[in-house]
Amino acid sequence: MWDYTETLKDHFFNPRNAGVIENPDAVGEVGSLACGDALRLMFNLSDNGTISDVKFQTFGCGSAIASASALTELIKGKTLAEAEEITNQDIVEFLGGLPEQKMHCSVMGREALEAAIDNYRTGSTEKHELEGNVVCTCFGVTDEEIKRVAQENNLKTVEQVTNYCKAGGGCGGCRGDIEEILQQLQREIPQPTADQDDKTIKQKSRSMTNIEKIKLIQQTLDQQVRPALQADGGDIELIDVVENRVIVAMRGMCAHCQVSEFTLAEVVRAKLHEFVSDELIVEELKT
Amino acid sequence: MKNVYLDNNATTRMADEVLNEMMPFLTERYGNPSSMHTFGGENRHNVDRARQQVADLLGCYADEIIFTGCGTESDNTAIRGIAHLDNKKRHIITTRVEHPAVRTTCRQLQREGFRLTELSVDEKGRLNLDELRQALTDDTALVTVMFANNESGVIFPLEQIAEIVKEHGAILHTDAVQVVGKIPVNLSRLPVDLLSFSGHKLHGPKGVGVLYVRRGTSLLPLLLGGHQEFGKRGGTENVAGIVGLGKACELAGAHLDEESERVGKLRDRLEQGIIKNCPDVKINGDVTARLPNTTNIGFEYIEGEAILLMLDRLGIAASSGSACTSGSLEPSHVLRAMGIPFTSVHGATRFSLSRYNTQEEIDYVIREIPAVIKRLRELSMFTPKDASPQAPYERKPEIALSPGLGERES
Repeated sequence: MWDYTETLKDHFFNPRNAGVIENPDAVGEVGSLACGDALRLMFNLSDNGTISDVKFQTFGCGSAIASASALTELIKGKTLAEAEEITNQDIVEFLGGLPEQKMHCSVMGREALEAAIDNYRTGSTEKHELEGNVVCTCFGVTDEEIKRVAQENNLKTVEQVTNYCKAGGGCGGCRGDIEEILQQLQREIPQPTADQDDKTIKQKSRSMTNIEKIKLIQQTLDQQVRPALQADGGDIELIDVVENRVIVAMRGMCAHCQVSEFTLAEVVRAKLHEFVSDELIVEELKT
Repeated sequence: MKNVYLDNNATTRMADEVLNEMMPFLTERYGNPSSMHTFGGENRHNVDRARQQVADLLGCYADEIIFTGCGTESDNTAIRGIAHLDNKKRHIITTRVEHPAVRTTCRQLQREGFRLTELSVDEKGRLNLDELRQALTDDTALVTVMFANNESGVIFPLEQIAEIVKEHGAILHTDAVQVVGKIPVNLSRLPVDLLSFSGHKLHGPKGVGVLYVRRGTSLLPLLLGGHQEFGKRGGTENVAGIVGLGKACELAGAHLDEESERVGKLRDRLEQGIIKNCPDVKINGDVTARLPNTTNIGFEYIEGEAILLMLDRLGIAASSGSACTSGSLEPSHVLRAMGIPFTSVHGATRFSLSRYNTQEEIDYVIREIPAVIKRLRELSMFTPKDASPQAPYERKPEIALSPGLGERES
């Protein structure tokens, strides 16, 4: 049984703006019967350019219906430019959270919105598809879509990508390709201190302000430590920095891991010493 | 809140009589049956009595019954215990619609170097026995075919299968978890070598299963340990569970006619009521060879999880083979193997009854369900015009997945 929020259940049992607009100004359609979920979003624009009337139809599970309902509430009264800024995370937040495995429902909402805006501007009624080459043939997901969803949601593992856009969730044959895309994205993120001379970094760290130091510690944890932990179902959170004491908490699988002390000492300290300052001491906050 | 429980293929309510039998062993009679003192040793008689109760239901000898921890353990013991017996035989035959307990175990053996044949089923969930004949070789160590399917309720022709397998001298195992207690099983006439079932599917307790091992069948134990269960399953006996399972088997024997007649009529009433009141529904599976308690109904153009959530709010517990309830992104492997059209595969909903269901409950479901289906169809963007072509739900040929991925439980 899924752990749905009360808001989500309310939007499933009492969906807002369900139905059809005859001859709408814009219509966007994503998904298919075969894929197991689909969404058609329709809206009209008022004279002042805001979305005045919006309706949706959804074939799908509880969270797909609720995500579509949330989307319509989010875009109502907004201009196209404002609506364009809406991400799948906005839908997730509106619903008070989505189970990880249901994140693709929120991404489907964002895609339908884009398709509808595209339809309004170009008159295109083609099913909305991003550029790129199909990586997941089961669900027809391209490399560009995977990159985008990974970047927008800061995804680190193949499993996360599957949760957010279904890619890799069918036969599983493309999971290696997705892993490669993720690694490529990791390489593309600038590694600001990696290739600088060790001494300059440490000199720099001595002259850093507290805020700069904390930011660099956070950045090092995000880029150098978290991906490996997340791959094993764990995570690390920066709690505080008091002078040279870096206080962190282990999350998820790592929190109960027998070897987490070893992980802390060996990995976190080494990375912080390498990238920030060798004077840092790592302490774990036990909850 | 109303609780109309129609998910008995997942688990069942434990009979009051079963709990009563178990209670002394959960409280004052905690002795170990292997002990030399009377306090423990006398519990041995209760374990033996339960073994006889199971044997009576199956038409076999008591010494052919091994108690295990669950149906999954029974399946694992049977499959691994035969596969690793003879190094010269490296081929296993199973079907594409097995429960994960069998399917995952067989696929793991495939990774360990065994050849694996997974027999296909047709659109009604039936096997083609010629495919079985052609698959059997001198190298075949084991054929493991479920007795009846947990999702569709389709019963496989075990007598004919046994005849074919015996001609080739292979060992035959059947996962009978969904069958024992629902329809008669007589192992004195049905020549299977190994049979698995589980206590909680027939109004017994959870955490206890049975593996039947025909006299003369060698088997490597899965759990090594003490001498318990004729050396075929180490570990101190779950006396309360075993006693409860024995009682559940006795009750099942007494209720067998009722299970297959009264429950069958209720199932038919439910099915007919739904067909009559809801347009665009399809019954999945062979209706001429089906468990009396199970119906799998494909509601077209809507999705199963949404149906279950709506039913849940009405106090109706059912199950679905849809992607969203399976913990994976694709519909259940059973429905996919059957090639159910994609218009209805996502809306496949299973209702499984038991002797505790009443006609009043069934009529309540028949009354409430049309509004649920109508409501979800109003929300859905698909209608019968989207139905053509009636392509089956098919993906690329499946590759073996890592254990657990893409699987769903009972």
